[in-house]
Amino acid sequence: MSEKFLMKGNEALAEAAIRAGCRHFFGYPITPQTEISAYMSKRMPKIGGTYLQAESEVAAINMVLGAASAGVRAMTSSSSPGISLKSEGVSYIAGSDVPCVIIDVMRGGPGLGGIQPSQADYWQATKSLGHGDFQILVYAPASVQEMVDLMYKAFDKSDEYRMPAMILADGMLGQMMEPVSFPEDNTSNLKEKEWATNGTKEARKPNIINSLLLNPDELEKSIVERYKKYDIIKEKEVLFEDYLTDDADFVVVAYGATSRISKSAVNEARKKGIKVGLLRPKTLWPFPTEKLYQLSKQVKKMLVVEMSMGQMVDDVKLSTKGNCPVEFYGRTGGVIPTPKEVLNEIIKLAEKEGE
Amino acid sequence: MTNMLFAGFGGQGILFAGKITANAGMSYNKQVSWLPSYGPEMRGGTANCSVCIDDEPISCPLVSEPDILVVMNKPSYHKFENSIVEGGTLVYDSSLIENDEPRNDINVYGIPATSLAESEGLNGLANIIMLGFTLQKTNFLPYDVVSKAIEKSVPKSKEHLLKPNLKALEIGFNYK
Amino acid sequence: MAVVFEKTKGLTDKETHYCPGCTHGIIHRLVAECLEELGLLGTTVGVASVGCSVMAYDYFNCDMVQAPHGRAPAVATGLKRALPQNTIFTYQGDGDLAAIGTAETVHAATRGENITIIFVNNAIYGMTGGQMAPTTLPNQVTQTSPYGRDVHTAGYPIRMCEMLSTLSGVAYAERVTVISPQTIRNAKKAIKKAFTVQKEGKGFSIIEVLSTCPTNWGMSPIEAMGWLKDNMIPYYPLGVYKDVSEEGVFPND
Repeated sequence: MSEKFLMKGNEALAEAAIRAGCRHFFGYPITPQTEISAYMSKRMPKIGGTYLQAESEVAAINMVLGAASAGVRAMTSSSSPGISLKSEGVSYIAGSDVPCVIIDVMRGGPGLGGIQPSQADYWQATKSLGHGDFQILVYAPASVQEMVDLMYKAFDKSDEYRMPAMILADGMLGQMMEPVSFPEDNTSNLKEKEWATNGTKEARKPNIINSLLLNPDELEKSIVERYKKYDIIKEKEVLFEDYLTDDADFVVVAYGATSRISKSAVNEARKKGIKVGLLRPKTLWPFPTEKLYQLSKQVKKMLVVEMSMGQMVDDVKLSTKGNCPVEFYGRTGGVIPTPKEVLNEIIKLAEKEGE
Repeated sequence: MTNMLFAGFGGQGILFAGKITANAGMSYNKQVSWLPSYGPEMRGGTANCSVCIDDEPISCPLVSEPDILVVMNKPSYHKFENSIVEGGTLVYDSSLIENDEPRNDINVYGIPATSLAESEGLNGLANIIMLGFTLQKTNFLPYDVVSKAIEKSVPKSKEHLLKPNLKALEIGFNYK
Repeated sequence: MAVVFEKTKGLTDKETHYCPGCTHGIIHRLVAECLEELGLLGTTVGVASVGCSVMAYDYFNCDMVQAPHGRAPAVATGLKRALPQNTIFTYQGDGDLAAIGTAETVHAATRGENITIIFVNNAIYGMTGGQMAPTTLPNQVTQTSPYGRDVHTAGYPIRMCEMLSTLSGVAYAERVTVISPQTIRNAKKAIKKAFTVQKEGKGFSIIEVLSTCPTNWGMSPIEAMGWLKDNMIPYYPLGVYKDVSEEGVFPND
């Protein structure tokens, strides 16, 4: 590892994307992620890259579709309301099997909502980022260093599976500064993309990037093929952090910013003698279903903590298949839960169990 | 482990004082985090930032119960004074804040940082005077580490500001 | 035997799905011929839009990307920024370009994006069965203006070439049609000019082609051409609206 920098999460995301070989960024200002655009606008011209401030989020994601179709690593970033606008383009990109990276630094919604941190777009990211049957890779970093590490991975996996990848962060991670170091640039393993529309040079048949298949049988077949790919991803690409769960009677499940708050609470609860651990998904799709299923057979109860009214909790319940009760604690609208609040919830869990 | 909260008005350099602190911690091989409040106001609104310095990885970067509160305006003083942990420290700018509801379970130190800055010709550097004074009272990091962090944090384009910043730190550190 | 006529290499052998008498076929051929004659087929990437020409990706013999409705100029922008040496064009209808994609069109134009737009204006939504378009003429009857377009409620039709010609990023804007051998020859000249402007890096170019839709207009192909001449050309006059192809849109470079 090289030199450490004290960097804002948003800026670290931007620098990591550049070091992952991204030379084409299309953005639009929105709090709390604007530092990404500002950083890109400063750096890209100096390294021969493209920074373009689009006329809208809609245009930005479609510029990504164009650039990524040409075979380059392309990225856009936004926050919740802007991601809603991008959803049309994401659906087309997924339906056309084009890789790209999208950053979502979540803020409170619905509507214009607020600008403080939130995790209320879990459903949007993992279930319904646009119309039709499709999934995107969703990475949920919990520190500035992890924002960097997962950015490299997002580009690699997006290329490998030819599908969009999202970094799902929140205003807290985007705005905070932590020491960070950057791994070696990983642009050397960039492979030629034979499917790219970069001109036939009259040496091959035309490549077509397209999501339109009017024949239902053909469309069904193409979707089924894509879902076979999704099955492989579910098997190979799940990432999570497993913290103090070995002997745990209780497990807190949280991702991103709330996982850090929950970790503080777990540490405090351990000091009080409560056997509690933390399971932190680093990929939200694919979701650590199997790990949670195994834990559900071991623990007495799970507690899901989110900055929302309860979204990921659904996936936790599905994963546990009714083996253990799953409780929920959430704050929403930009309110960040404190470690003390979460600790109280853990204590309540334990008390109900008569500990 | 030191959890610090810097609070005041936007434009007082609250976030910058926090950044210096985090940078200093990092250069001293500590784990650090810096988390600002952010809002629609660029200047004039309240601003605060959480800074954590620890030997262990920082689990929660949001400081809701500070060990040290460095506060530079009345609204923030009233908002955060009660959140300081027992045995913790309150450092306030006594030229702007009356300590009218003193707690007796914490250490309380006042310094007229804003008036000092004005009289010393260091307009806008009350934040660094506060930082120096906090350092004197709590010793959360060695003085040299913090002054080096200032040297690193003042951009080349604003090099003329370096000396005044270092002077402000010294004034705060030596204030009796 | 001497070859007196050959189909352009710029089109694939795929049969088009266009209605009999539709002028999309002519326009496809002109675009393809121009690309072939300029030697650009191997370096061109086209962008198909949503509307009747949605399947253009099957007809042009070059790399193609199919864009969401209205977004073709944004997709083309992304392509061009990644492939600045290649020729990038979009092929869009009036609903796509002048309604749902107005923002993308205007901003690609004002950026001076070095792309070429082929804009097919037939004053109606063809693909969905003949609804009112942003370019539907006042009093024109369509499925969604059954009493004729009432400008009091539906507003006036948009003249895109005129509007875009006010933007500094536009290097070339011309309106043509394809209803006679003469107009077809002019149209080809215009399209070739636009691709040349792009090749020379002069900036944004758009060729608007007034086109017929006999099926949705409820006319024979011949009647449709007459209707276009009598009704559309007076509202949408043919001609060059902007030409800074000599100096380009960034003359100080």
